[in-house]
Amino acid sequence: MADSTRPERFFCDRYGVSSGALERALGTALARRADYGDLYFEFRTTTAVALEDGLVKKASKDVSQGVGVRVLAGEKTGYAYSDDVTITTIEQAARTAGHIASDAGGAQAVALRSGQPARDLYTLAKPPGETALPDAIALLEAVDREARGDDPRIKNVMASLVLEHKLVMIVTSDGTMVSDVQPLARLQVTCIAEDGGRRQQGTYGGGGRQPFAFFLDGDRHLRFTREAARQALLNLDAVDAPAGEMTVVLGPGWPGILLHEAIGHGLEGDFNRKGTSAFATLLGTKVASELCTVIDDGTIPNRRGSLNVDDEGTPTSRTVLIERGILRGYLQDRLNARLMGMPLTGNGRRESYAHSPMPRMTNTFMLAGESAPEDILRSVDRGLYAVSFGGGQVDITSGKFVFSASEAYLIEHGAVTRPVKGATLIGNGPDVLTRISMVGHDLALDEGIGTCGKNGQSVPVGVGLPTLRVDGLTVGGTQA
Amino acid sequence: MSTAAAAPGLRPEELRAALLSTIDFAMRAGATAADAVLVQQATFAAGVRLGEVEKLTDAREKRLGVRVFVGERSALSATADLTRGGLARCAEDTVALARVTQPDPAQGLPDRAALATEAPDLDLYDDAAATPSPEDAIARAREAEGAALASDPRLTNSEGAEFEQTAATVAYASSLGFDGGYRSSLFDLTVQPVAVSDGRMQRDYWYARARHLARLEDAAEVGRRAGARAVRRLGARRVATQEAPVVFEPEVAASLLRHLAGAVVGQSLYRGTSFLLGRLGEQVASELVTVVDDGRLSGGHGSRPFDAEGLPTRRTTVVEKGRLTSYLLDTYSARRLGLASTGNAARAVGDAPSASPTNLYLAAGTTPPETIIASIDRGLLVTELIGFGVNPVTGDYSRGAAGLWIEHGELTHPVEEITIAGNLLQMFRDIDQVGTDLEFRSSVASPTLKIRRMTIAGS
Repeated sequence: MADSTRPERFFCDRYGVSSGALERALGTALARRADYGDLYFEFRTTTAVALEDGLVKKASKDVSQGVGVRVLAGEKTGYAYSDDVTITTIEQAARTAGHIASDAGGAQAVALRSGQPARDLYTLAKPPGETALPDAIALLEAVDREARGDDPRIKNVMASLVLEHKLVMIVTSDGTMVSDVQPLARLQVTCIAEDGGRRQQGTYGGGGRQPFAFFLDGDRHLRFTREAARQALLNLDAVDAPAGEMTVVLGPGWPGILLHEAIGHGLEGDFNRKGTSAFATLLGTKVASELCTVIDDGTIPNRRGSLNVDDEGTPTSRTVLIERGILRGYLQDRLNARLMGMPLTGNGRRESYAHSPMPRMTNTFMLAGESAPEDILRSVDRGLYAVSFGGGQVDITSGKFVFSASEAYLIEHGAVTRPVKGATLIGNGPDVLTRISMVGHDLALDEGIGTCGKNGQSVPVGVGLPTLRVDGLTVGGTQA
Repeated sequence: MSTAAAAPGLRPEELRAALLSTIDFAMRAGATAADAVLVQQATFAAGVRLGEVEKLTDAREKRLGVRVFVGERSALSATADLTRGGLARCAEDTVALARVTQPDPAQGLPDRAALATEAPDLDLYDDAAATPSPEDAIARAREAEGAALASDPRLTNSEGAEFEQTAATVAYASSLGFDGGYRSSLFDLTVQPVAVSDGRMQRDYWYARARHLARLEDAAEVGRRAGARAVRRLGARRVATQEAPVVFEPEVAASLLRHLAGAVVGQSLYRGTSFLLGRLGEQVASELVTVVDDGRLSGGHGSRPFDAEGLPTRRTTVVEKGRLTSYLLDTYSARRLGLASTGNAARAVGDAPSASPTNLYLAAGTTPPETIIASIDRGLLVTELIGFGVNPVTGDYSRGAAGLWIEHGELTHPVEEITIAGNLLQMFRDIDQVGTDLEFRSSVASPTLKIRRMTIAGS
């Protein structure tokens, strides 16, 4: 196990690199006329155990390590990486990345200042990566028992526990040298229910930058399991979903994926700098009802989407994206903030050393309003109440986005009635939030299960939402 | 600009030595059987936007994955540390891990008699992949984007074009004495222009992909195709909610085939997560539908001489004239189902093998795509799908769509912000026309398909 308290020392010892060698490597990277360069070192250990058919018959351990070297010159990025980390390979990668700058001359000397991250959001006495395997196995067995004990219609249970320990060190040409230990844990439970020839599944889970004990705390693992089983059983009785535009009420928490898809991606700096986002010309304009204030916050302790520093060494922050309906800000990384002349927001993230950073979300949510959730439901004559979702996707250029409900009900005359089958909801990002007519006082963040994909890179994220009423969203069921 | 460094990394005999010593370390630590896979690859990519170089990427990777068995118990590890000490530690840790898992009698390596005894040359490798030329890569990306933007005055912006080439070596060995490897290469060109009109924007993309550089489609042609695709979306609007026939262009039709693949791979069947569970031998699609998985197509994007457990790849007819004739299986799922592996084991380096299609295609039909469109009085041509609204257990299907509206056999106007919904089993049964336009652009390929009726949700 790596020395998790001093990752900087760990990297320098493991790869035999000194700060002098790193300064020289950055000098190599910036030998031509470049604006900026950085080195990103990563050492990640992932332990995964999985249960199916009542047995924990799969356990795996993945050790991944590498270094990525990046050079920025104007709008250009040179990126080189290797999983073979030595002074020689770092120098070679630095030379390769540095070729992006076309003009000779302008060599820069770099003097590094070693520092601690500005925040301390997830220091754990016992990181999840140090979990004893028998404890992990016992937890999954308890999940299996809980699910099957619930109802004989539960025919199969699949559960996985993934425990990650990630050390990073970021060294930049403006002299920053910062390291971080980033623990991450996630439990996911899927139940298959069967009754009279009909089958359905339900999935639930959660986690965060939390220790293993998080799952046992208040029997959280059993609650996740009951939720997965309940969803599977509920969907056995689901009727066909309606098709067409109607009033939609979203439940609190995970339905915040609406914000992630409808506006979050469209507010990432890169698409706006290039003018390819449907939001590119809308800063300072009204894009949502006055009831809406939307925040991206990477500084919430122990959340899945939180970071002490982003993957470019910038401290994370709380960014107001929409304030009472007015579009206020974009999410930025170094490249796009510099080119747009805008402040850094600490949203430069990457999947691993094998990827260069991009502006990405952290934890994205809407602030609570004043309505009681039951009043919101009561206000709807005919509509859809959606409380749990699978994934979503957006076309940032046209602004069209989708997200798919996995637990939803009809609302008839102000009452929640029958469960309906999963259906995709589709809308237009720049105007969907203008149709929000009620915002509940019940803001909740999700359980910690989200992963966001962009240009082939996956990063952990969080979302949150109070109960909302949207006056008109297209529901993609089969009942026309 | 200098040429990126030539072919990277370890020589074939070094890869082989790393695999064999890992297996040896595992057996000495108490494993009763073990196998290991090593993937080494080098990638070079050049991105261009609005004519300017935007990004150059140079990557070197090699990773080894080991799977050990201690009786009926099993565990897996992956590492990039290929030093002798690193491999020994990895093998020993994995054996220790296996000892605490629970036994499963279906676990284990395949039968020795079933192992591949030869590795046919499937024409998967082009030496050019190992010696990238940044100038050439930039020129190809620039030509594709330039041709896209020049094809219509409304194409005024771009997400750029990228040319990427990868050279890879895959080596696999097991304690059964199997020991083999193969090289592969891939050249990929993608362009994504943005069309602007009346203050509204639309993007689309097109791509070319080949195992041999000389066979890659002309860059300018790729660009023009991308441009035309983006421009035809300008002015898109919703249509009213209704039931109507839906035509899937080949690229989106291939996504239906991927859903089918997800339902016929062994793990979905023994877990009970497939809408095709228990339907082997049944009519699951219209008689116009024949689906084949062929691991040995020459130069195919999914071709490989042997699978991730050392079994020979082969040609398997999955659906014949609508009847479900075979699942796609690896050794474990085959044992669970009381069947034999179909040589479809695939594995990410750090993961256990699972069944996956190789080159999966829906056989070409007899109706030209223009004739399919012309036969429709009122319906939808789908050109893009977004979202994940597919329930693999029930086959219930609901996805966001964009495309072109058809009236009286003619394409009339672009459509967006709608969904199409149905159930996959019914959708496959409702395929009433299959196009002649099958092309192997990626490992899953389909001609144009027409589905008799689906629900379209819009305004």
